[in-house]
Amino acid sequence: MNQLGLLADHYLLLATSIFAIGAIGFLTRRNLLAQLMSIELMLNATNLTFVTFNRLHVGNMNGQVFAFFVIAIAAAEVAVGLAIVLGFFRLRNSVHSDDADTLRH
Amino acid sequence: MTIGGLYFICCAILALSGAFITVLARNPIRGAMGLLTTIVGIAGLFLQLEAQFLAAIQIIVYAGAVVVLFVFVILLLGADAVDGGGIGKAQIARAIGGFGMLAAVATATFLLVPEEMAKPLALPPSVLGHGSVASVGKQLFTVAVVPFELATALLIVAVVGAIAVARGRHSKKVVPLVANASNRMFGGPVHPRDAGRPIVSGGKQ
Repeated sequence: MNQLGLLADHYLLLATSIFAIGAIGFLTRRNLLAQLMSIELMLNATNLTFVTFNRLHVGNMNGQVFAFFVIAIAAAEVAVGLAIVLGFFRLRNSVHSDDADTLRH
Repeated sequence: MTIGGLYFICCAILALSGAFITVLARNPIRGAMGLLTTIVGIAGLFLQLEAQFLAAIQIIVYAGAVVVLFVFVILLLGADAVDGGGIGKAQIARAIGGFGMLAAVATATFLLVPEEMAKPLALPPSVLGHGSVASVGKQLFTVAVVPFELATALLIVAVVGAIAVARGRHSKKVVPLVANASNRMFGGPVHPRDAGRPIVSGGKQ
C-alpha cells in the first residue's frame, strides 16, 4: 500500500462501473447522440484501466502510449460518427436509431 | 482518510455522476455536460495516477474538441435531437438485459480468476518522471513511432470522410443568364441567386 492508502482495485472498480454504465446506455438509449456519448464513456473507462495498470509498472510507458492512441481513435470516431448522424438526419429527419432501416425496405 | 483518498472520492463521484447524467438525460445537451463532467473527473484520476501528459491530452482533446463537436451537432439538430416521451417498457427490458449480460460476465470473471491472483493490487511508490511529457514522448517516438504515423493517416482519412459524409450531395443549379448585359451591370442582380428575379432599377420609374 502506498502513502495514499489507495489500491489499484479502487481505480479498476471505478473504471468497470463507468464501462458498465456506458454499455447499458448504449444498449438502452435509442438516440444516436446519446449512443455516441455512451461509446465515449466506455472508451474513457478503458483509458482509466490502461493508466492504472501502467501505474503498477513504474518506468514502463506502454500503457499510457496505448491510452494516447485510444484517445486519437476516439476523436476520429466521434468526427465520423457525428457526420453520419448529420447525414442520417438529413435523410430521415430523425436521430432515432430505430429509424435507420433504409436497407431493410 | 488521507488527502489522496479524499481527492480520489471527489474525482470518482464526478466521473460516476457524469456517467449517470450522460446515460439518463433525455436532452442531449445535458448528456454532453455529463460527459464533460466524467472527462474532468477521469483527468483528475490521471493526475493522481502520475499520467500528467495524458491528463492534459484528456482535457484538450475530449473537453476541448469532442464535447464541443457534440454541442455543435446538437445545436445544428435543434429540438429534433431531444427524445420524446418517458422511459418505456422496451427500454426497461433492454436495461434489464444489459444488466444481466454484465452480471454474467462479472460472475464468469470471478469464477475463472484463480485464488492466488485475486489479491489487492497495491500501487508501487512513484518515480520522478513517470508519465511526464518527456517519458511518454520518448516511448511514442521510439517504440511506437509506426503506430504514431499511422494515427496521423487515420486522422486525415477521418477528417476527409467526415467532410464527405456531412456535406452530402449538392445538385448543381443552372443559373440562367440575364439577357441584357447592361441591365445586369447597373441595377441588375449582383448575385447569381437573384438571376431569375425581375429586375427593378433604383425604385424610381
